[in-house]
Amino acid sequence: MTPDEQRIIQARQRARSRVTGVILFALAVLFFAVALAKMMGG
Amino acid sequence: MSILTSEKAASSVPLPADWRDLVALTKPRVMTLVVFTGLCGLLAAPGHLSPVLAFTAILCIALGAGGAAALNQWYEADRDAKMKRTANRPLPAGRMTRQGALHFGVGISVFSVLLMGVATNWFAAAILAISILFYVFIYTIWLKPRTAQNIVIGGAAGAFPPLIGWAAVTGNVAALPIALFMLIFFWTPPHFWALALFVRMDYANAGIPMLPVVAGEAVTRRQILFYTSIMAVAALAPVLLRLTGLIYGVTALVATGIFAVMAVQVALSREVDPARMKPERRLFKYSVLYLFLLFGAVVVDHWVFAS
Repeated sequence: MTPDEQRIIQARQRARSRVTGVILFALAVLFFAVALAKMMGG
Repeated sequence: MSILTSEKAASSVPLPADWRDLVALTKPRVMTLVVFTGLCGLLAAPGHLSPVLAFTAILCIALGAGGAAALNQWYEADRDAKMKRTANRPLPAGRMTRQGALHFGVGISVFSVLLMGVATNWFAAAILAISILFYVFIYTIWLKPRTAQNIVIGGAAGAFPPLIGWAAVTGNVAALPIALFMLIFFWTPPHFWALALFVRMDYANAGIPMLPVVAGEAVTRRQILFYTSIMAVAALAPVLLRLTGLIYGVTALVATGIFAVMAVQVALSREVDPARMKPERRLFKYSVLYLFLLFGAVVVDHWVFAS
């Protein structure tokens, strides 16, 4: 693996980690909101 | 995208897919129409759904459509590579692995159905599951590579969203969402065949038996007109059956009239050079706007006459 390839792979892994983190946080908020909405009768 | 392609071409090791390619795998442009028709089905339904649950239902419809699109591209990667229109998609361009696309597609499809069931009801979740399975197995795998009638029957897959949106609120289906299902069902052939006329060679090169490839352009033009006439009946049915009011009626009458004029222009054209097929391109573009207009009118009509 060349240094360039390593750099590209690491950059993509970082970007995917950031996006995954944002999605997981958004899902946690969504599940909480859905649970509240269901408890209040939908 | 070109930078990513060149990175891939220059690389000796498989690169992890960029997150933008995962988004591209869901066909976001097609998803827009799916989400809009699903939202209209939801907004036109009687009853109340909390904004959070309504948002979740639409998110599930979007994720389900995205999952089905990813599975479609997973299955068709080889064919997509042969078509100019699709050659730069993530799989044919080599920007991600087929297995990655399969896992992503199955993952968000299953998640969308489960979340729909938990957040709204399992009837809506079942229709969502049927629409995904129909698109992948009936349309993509069975019909599309085998018959020129692929999009006539396969069009049903894209017609489910208003039913799902309605079912998410009410837990059942009624005459209006079924009428909207029929509208999209009969709208699909003229919409896709208008496109197929000017990208005919692409489909021919990929070995996909679209109607212009198998039966020729003259037959396709007549079929566009035929299905437009059935679509017109489906478009006017909601107002004739008193399921909607005057706002939808007038919108449907005018918009369908314009659609019919464009379909006649396509039917009368003898143009064989795709670069000069202006009426076909016009009809294709207008058909998208047409669906937005009619579904928007259903919602406005419901709000005005329900209040």
